[in-house]
Amino acid sequence: MTASQTLPNSLRTGPDDRGHFGQFGGRYVAETLMPLILDLEREYRRAQADPAFKAEFDDLLKNYVGRPSPLWLARRLTDHLGGGKIYLKREDLNHTGAHKINNCIGQILLAKRMGKQKIIAETGAGQHGVATATVAALFGLPCTIFMGAVDVARQQPNVFRMKLLGAEVVAVESGAKTLKDAMNEALRHWVANVHDTFYIIGTVAGPHPYPELVRDFQSVIGDEAKAQILEAEGRLPDMLIAPVGGGSNAIGLFHPFLDDAGVEIVGVEAAGEGLDGKHAASLAGGRPGILHGNKTYLLQDEDGQITEAHSISAGLDYPGIGPEHSWLHDIGRVRYEPVTDAEALASFQKLTQLEGIIPALESAHAIAAAERIAPTLGKDKIIIVNCSGRGDKDIFTVAEALGVEL
Amino acid sequence: MTRFAATFAKPRTALIAFITAGDGDTAANLDALVAGGADVIELGMPFTDPMADGPAIQAANLRSLAKGTTTADIFAMAAAFRARHAEVPLVLMGYANPMTVRGADWFAAECAKAGVDGIICVDIPSEEDAELGPSLRTAGVDLIRLATPTTDPARLPAALEGAGGFLYYVSVAGITGLQQAAQASIEEAVARLKAATDLPVAVGFGVRTPKQAAQIARVADGVVVGSAFIDIIAEHGDAAAPHVEAFTRSLADAIHGAKEIAA
Ligand SMILES: Cc1ncc(COP(=O)(O)O)c(C=O)c1O
Repeated sequence: MTASQTLPNSLRTGPDDRGHFGQFGGRYVAETLMPLILDLEREYRRAQADPAFKAEFDDLLKNYVGRPSPLWLARRLTDHLGGGKIYLKREDLNHTGAHKINNCIGQILLAKRMGKQKIIAETGAGQHGVATATVAALFGLPCTIFMGAVDVARQQPNVFRMKLLGAEVVAVESGAKTLKDAMNEALRHWVANVHDTFYIIGTVAGPHPYPELVRDFQSVIGDEAKAQILEAEGRLPDMLIAPVGGGSNAIGLFHPFLDDAGVEIVGVEAAGEGLDGKHAASLAGGRPGILHGNKTYLLQDEDGQITEAHSISAGLDYPGIGPEHSWLHDIGRVRYEPVTDAEALASFQKLTQLEGIIPALESAHAIAAAERIAPTLGKDKIIIVNCSGRGDKDIFTVAEALGVEL
Repeated sequence: MTRFAATFAKPRTALIAFITAGDGDTAANLDALVAGGADVIELGMPFTDPMADGPAIQAANLRSLAKGTTTADIFAMAAAFRARHAEVPLVLMGYANPMTVRGADWFAAECAKAGVDGIICVDIPSEEDAELGPSLRTAGVDLIRLATPTTDPARLPAALEGAGGFLYYVSVAGITGLQQAAQASIEEAVARLKAATDLPVAVGFGVRTPKQAAQIARVADGVVVGSAFIDIIAEHGDAAAPHVEAFTRSLADAIHGAKEIAA
């Protein structure tokens, strides 16, 4: 089996030319942004057809980001759970500590092609903000990061990192002051500055073509994982597991495997305090609706007002999900499972102790799902878990949750 | 003749006034707008995530939602307005999710039942018309489209496809309530738009004073004022109506006479 084959009835051909994955996706933006989004799509198509674009992207991923990221056989975790064999895709080892940088490299190259002089981004955990500030520094472009005031408070190390990198960090005071509100504010800023500003969206959400291009830039995760597992095991894995906030690390791992029917795919949503309490599981607890430029599953009330999400992990604390995930959920190709704050906290510690790897709280959600599932699988089964980021940024949150004073 | 057609057939520029439903005493404020001389009413449907709005209207949305305003309440306000004011066109303005959450057919039917003449949906461009447009047109409710400084001539025909009521020219690339556009750029844009459509062209975003409104009224068929009303309601709360009426009158006087002065 080759690394990326596309079958006639492939699940990998979306979106359609209007940006829809089934009923999801699309371009639900103010008229002011529409011409810009059409421009972006035209430029992305040209970039896709330009070997020089891919060559520059690949070179930066290799020599700046440090790719390929390793596929690590987590022996002690596997033995401890006594079931399927667990491999970790080590996105935590990328420059800046998460998968977010893959996408930022791709988008800043697009910004450069389009002649944009300023960069903006939204951020939740601060990982995407740090990755954006990093590429902006690398390319010498001024950068403004919008971050909910609550997240600014709980992710101080990343705020300081962004500032060191030369970015301006705007603490957003509207709404619940988390990721959703940061995205609103970034969109407001963008609408007023479309002529010279490129918006680097941090996940597979937003108006078309963002969900598509972010997915394409992140698919390096799955392409590498496929080659690596074939090399290590001589066959494809039985299961993939990844955490889903907006869904960029997950779709990056999943997409190259969507047509491999034998590979079971599991996305992990943040169940916060539990599905009957405050949570961020838009598929388990939401309904289709329109927000931030696309149609997708959203946490909302009967009048279509968006309800606040909650997760201990700032990067998962979003009331929506990328539209391609909504589609994969509806057609049943990917199964989405909830993991609570408490389960994620336990897995954060377990992985740290068993493997010497401190995962991001986001990634710890996927580890928790693996802990639940692996014991039910035979020892001959192979699971790849996306370790989407490292947990250094989370030590304050974890300390507080554990009642430890630093 | 539709209420829009009757309004724009008058030989004067229309004052189009925006307030947020459920922010302050909406019924009293609506009556004050009509008494002060507003020709068209835009009633904002509050949304948790008003991405295209500046601080003033964002705050109005949140005040309204904090008071528990529901979609049912908004249709009740609209129907009651229609019972009191048979002639004044009423537009609901807002975001896609509250409009489509129960299905576009449901929303369009409720609009028709409440006597709503038109809809402005900020985040459904013509590319996504299928989401709401067909249901509104079937129900006889006009879908009012937006054109902006970034709407290039090539896109304009697409943006106008299926449009009704009037064309709303958003005169600044930005959010509500902040900047104001240069008069020359407005004049150029209105001339360009009027060459492309038979619909009346209204201009809004950033219009705050009678003087500004009068200038725009010389060239446009309608002038939209929003954040300035919201500021008055924010300041005076449930007792805003007399202030709303007085400000409306100052705008109406400036706008309604503008074309004769220019001529
Ligand atoms: C390490 C890490 N994993 C996962 C996520 C969630 O985002 P996504 O679902 O787009 O991968 C984040 C977001 O900040 C993150 O920092």
